[in-house]
Amino acid sequence: MSIGLIGKKLGMTQIYVNDAAIAVTVIDVKDNQVVQVKTADKDGYSGVQIGYDDKKESRLSKPALGHFKKHSASPKYAVQEFRAAEADIPASGTVLGAERFEVGQYVDVIGVTKGRGFSGVLKRYNFKGQPASHGSMMHRRTGSIGCRLTPGLVWKNQKMPGRHGFDQRTVQNLKVIQSRPEDGVLLISGAIPGPNGAYVVVRPSKKKSVVKK
Amino acid sequence: MSIIAKIEKEQSKTTLPDFRAGDTLKVHTRVVEGDKERIQIFQGIVIGRKGSGLNQAFTVRKISYGEGVERVFPLHTPKISKIEVIRQGKVRRARLHYLRSRKGKSAILVKELAD
Repeated sequence: MSIGLIGKKLGMTQIYVNDAAIAVTVIDVKDNQVVQVKTADKDGYSGVQIGYDDKKESRLSKPALGHFKKHSASPKYAVQEFRAAEADIPASGTVLGAERFEVGQYVDVIGVTKGRGFSGVLKRYNFKGQPASHGSMMHRRTGSIGCRLTPGLVWKNQKMPGRHGFDQRTVQNLKVIQSRPEDGVLLISGAIPGPNGAYVVVRPSKKKSVVKK
Repeated sequence: MSIIAKIEKEQSKTTLPDFRAGDTLKVHTRVVEGDKERIQIFQGIVIGRKGSGLNQAFTVRKISYGEGVERVFPLHTPKISKIEVIRQGKVRRARLHYLRSRKGKSAILVKELAD
């Protein structure tokens, strides 16, 4: 288990590496701050609470403000907890940034996908749909959802229209192309979930830890 | 300046010649063969530019052994070492796709700028 950071998806662009263009996502990870350190003695497990994106004090409730004040951290919009060994945890109030990730490292990015509202089965489950013409009067419908007397019911998990998107998704094993602590951003190869401006969590990859130079 | 604009500016080339559709160019491309690198030149007429910023590309058309050949180059790719403008053309379109249906003499843009 290791400590990740909270960031904001700024958008995508491209970078030339060894003459080849690589599509990258720019993630702002400036001024992450350790809020609360959880210890095995006190909380039953060791972990760390990290905050990102400064918030005005007037926008917080008194109890929430008290929490940040107690741990000598400035108030934040996004707060996230990571499990970590006690030896690895910095003191509360420490500011963390892009320098925690190095070039070539693999990371996982957790975000919430774009919401698509109530969508039909073509968009939601990539159904093929029906013919557009030749007298077909059925175009984007679900089609059959079951059989007849046997089994006499619609199976569970039958794919039907409904709310699509706005789900938490993790994209694993994305490579860090550039780490720019002076700008407070990470450049990560490939796409990540969510719209620009959305909060995402960047953590060292769980499955791929090799750093290739 | 936003950070993305800053990153794109770093990637962009600063010294690029001004050229537009109708101009004749020599495009010097770096070709890697095994562990050797050499320069290959592609000479032809620009028949259009597309895209903007870092993503901009241009198409060069030439007649090679009687066969029309077109190559699309990203403007800012490091694989292009140099772009030379050989001749400026005088055309009234931004995209010269009509050249594809021309052969022989009619495919030559004879009007050069008088300067």
